Amino acid sequence: MHRLHRHSEFLFFAALLALLVGLFSAWSDHFWSPPTFDTIANRIPQLALASLGMTFVLVAGGIDLSVGSVAALAGAAFGGCVIDLGAPVFIGVLAGLGAGLACGLFNGLVVNWLRMPSFIVTLGMLEIVRGFAYLITHSQTRYLGERLDFLQAAIPGTGVSVAFGLAIALTAAAHFVLTRTVFGRHVVAVGTNEEAARLAGLSPSRVRAVVFALSGGFAALGGLCHIARLSAADPNGGTGLELSAIAAAVIGGTSLMGGRGSMLMTFVGVLIIATLESGLAHLGVSEPVKRVVTGLVIIGAVAAEATRSRFAARRTFASR
Amino acid sequence: MPPPRLTIQALEKSFGANRVLRRLDLTIAPGEIHALVGGNGAGKSTLSKIIAGIATADAGELRLDGAPYRPATRLAATAAGVVMVLQELNVLPTLSVAENLFLSNLPRRGGVIVNRRELQSRARLALGRVGLTHLDPDTPAAALGIGHQQLVEIAAGLAQSCRLLILDEPTAALTQGEIETLFRLLAELRAHGTSVLYISHRLNELAGLADRVSVLRDGQLVAMLPIADTTHDRLIELMSGTKTAPAARAAVGSAAGQLALQLRSVRIGTAVRDVSLELHSGEILGLGGLVGAGRTELLRVIYGADRRDGGEMFLGADRRPFAPRSPADAVAAGFAFVPEDRKQHGILAPRSVRENANLARLASRHLWLRAVDGTAEAAATSRVVDSLAVRCTSAEQPIAELSGGNQQKLVVGRWLGREVRIWLLDEPTRGVDVDARRRIYALLAERAAAGEAILVASSDYEELATLCHRVLVMSNGGITAEFAAADLRPDTFMAAAFRGFASTTAA
Repeated sequence: MHRLHRHSEFLFFAALLALLVGLFSAWSDHFWSPPTFDTIANRIPQLALASLGMTFVLVAGGIDLSVGSVAALAGAAFGGCVIDLGAPVFIGVLAGLGAGLACGLFNGLVVNWLRMPSFIVTLGMLEIVRGFAYLITHSQTRYLGERLDFLQAAIPGTGVSVAFGLAIALTAAAHFVLTRTVFGRHVVAVGTNEEAARLAGLSPSRVRAVVFALSGGFAALGGLCHIARLSAADPNGGTGLELSAIAAAVIGGTSLMGGRGSMLMTFVGVLIIATLESGLAHLGVSEPVKRVVTGLVIIGAVAAEATRSRFAARRTFASR
Repeated sequence: MPPPRLTIQALEKSFGANRVLRRLDLTIAPGEIHALVGGNGAGKSTLSKIIAGIATADAGELRLDGAPYRPATRLAATAAGVVMVLQELNVLPTLSVAENLFLSNLPRRGGVIVNRRELQSRARLALGRVGLTHLDPDTPAAALGIGHQQLVEIAAGLAQSCRLLILDEPTAALTQGEIETLFRLLAELRAHGTSVLYISHRLNELAGLADRVSVLRDGQLVAMLPIADTTHDRLIELMSGTKTAPAARAAVGSAAGQLALQLRSVRIGTAVRDVSLELHSGEILGLGGLVGAGRTELLRVIYGADRRDGGEMFLGADRRPFAPRSPADAVAAGFAFVPEDRKQHGILAPRSVRENANLARLASRHLWLRAVDGTAEAAATSRVVDSLAVRCTSAEQPIAELSGGNQQKLVVGRWLGREVRIWLLDEPTRGVDVDARRRIYALLAERAAAGEAILVASSDYEELATLCHRVLVMSNGGITAEFAAADLRPDTFMAAAFRGFASTTAA
């Protein structure tokens, strides 16, 4: 019954996605074309990666508002290493990922040490990290040339880029970690009832440190995918990414109260947001209208899913 | 002759295919204290919730003083004079005691502004009725211990003029003195014509209190008897539907194994003062005393959940120093812990029976990178479910849907998946039905026989007497007496429990 329930949730969002694609195809003659899917596919890696990290944090009962800034910092660190210091590309990648992991770990440790809500700590970090991104780049965009083009190259035999493949692979990996490993079980337990988890012998503070580090790492990887696409490290990059990532997770059924969420559904949430954005752009809708529609879809999707699952729960309960 | 206060005829209630009440009949007379007893899932809670307007019946008829009665909400029931004090505490921690008492009808000035003075004086009156004359009504409810919170709940119930008062396990968290106050109060209410429906697992306390007792089993009334015609064993027999031998001592013989845990002069603020004790393998050691004596604080410190201010702890016969910095450290050292507050600190409410049953087994962070072994997990789940007879529809059922007793079985049983050397249990059978209680006792006796050491804090004298080889009494933060099981007597026990509070000169 629970398996069935999960499937029906997935089907619901697949249908929503199909509906969006259908609507856009109907409205615009050119929507159903390779360039559109390129746009969608390009938008996906960064948002998907940040959303995976966000889902870990949300399920563990926290929130990470710093992911947009962390993504920008990772790009800035890469640019600083490779352009300013002339380091090899892989050193730049390590620097970017390291900076992201460090920021995430710092978030987790500060929440643990000061016993402060992660909302406040990461809100502070949103500013701090953005500041560092500006400092590293001297507030200027660094042009990267072809240095990260390998992320944009198509995987041989497929039409998708390395970055897109990475996002898919990491979604599968994150899904496995959250649903099948002992660590995933701990994340859910801590997010459901931290004190009960602690008294059962789990370590909520360690779980928190790890999920925030993961979030930072994922955001950094997303940031690198982003600069690879633009061939430039922009200290303003990733602005608002945290809200899109939260939206993707929430559309996918992740609870802001912790304890509930799914990586696969988050990915579906990412697809919905990406489709919506490029679809609306395709229709030539103005930026203000785009934002209004996006907001309505977020609220509508979550409300529709809540209604549907309440209905489904009543039916399975009655037939038991 | 006046009509009965409450008549229930052919009451039906189902949750899905699960028939909780089956054509249940019940009559409560005016000015009667009517006890309601029954095992796990017998339907007591559902019945009382229907009467109190918290749940609705599928079929059947209720009459209050002869008039048809079908409350749609708790508020409607209250307006009709039927008030229920809930078993699960309902106090809002950030509000003051007075505000909690009169939340639904705060005295107002001009319809908007709360009349503080009026609220204060009404609250004092209400608190005085439950013997809490020294409690300032402005105290935040969060500052109250669980026993006092329960009394405040009862005071809130009494503050509203009522024809029928429903109490669900009201004495679970009360001290002996508080229980006596409550019983005196109930007798007064009866004298004024109020009826009381009194749900309890503590069969012994019914004799001096109730007029009649109704026994429920599987959603049906199996007996309604004058209390004088019943005995403890007869009630158990009616509830279980089988003839049972009188409660055997769960723990037999005194097991003086090797030293498992030693405490030397442990101090925690003003709650625990210089407590020293020794716990041996194979021993069930009881920790008795009044609510607020410092037992919970002591157990939490041993388990690493809180920090101690002084003293030393040692493990094993070779007295290895033990200073856990977290429960995870204690668990790694072989401890198991059952917290006092099941809902807040015990269960993962929305998660499945399976996940809750395996929580402790998978607690170590060294397992983090491992995939959960589904077969081992299923085996561990059925071991807990079978050995403690947990009633659930499947391993995937959310634990929140289970009765309190079945939840508690899982909170205790999940430690069976680990190698445990020392058990720490804080009120392990609070709010738990007779069946769950017996199964938990049997489990603990079995674990002790297997050489594990067990420390049980309990406010229930019967529990300590039934379960333990040896009982320590804590009073006002210190240990005031030690009894071997054979020497335990209610009067000397009670005297020891009060001793620490009596002598003001004590350090």
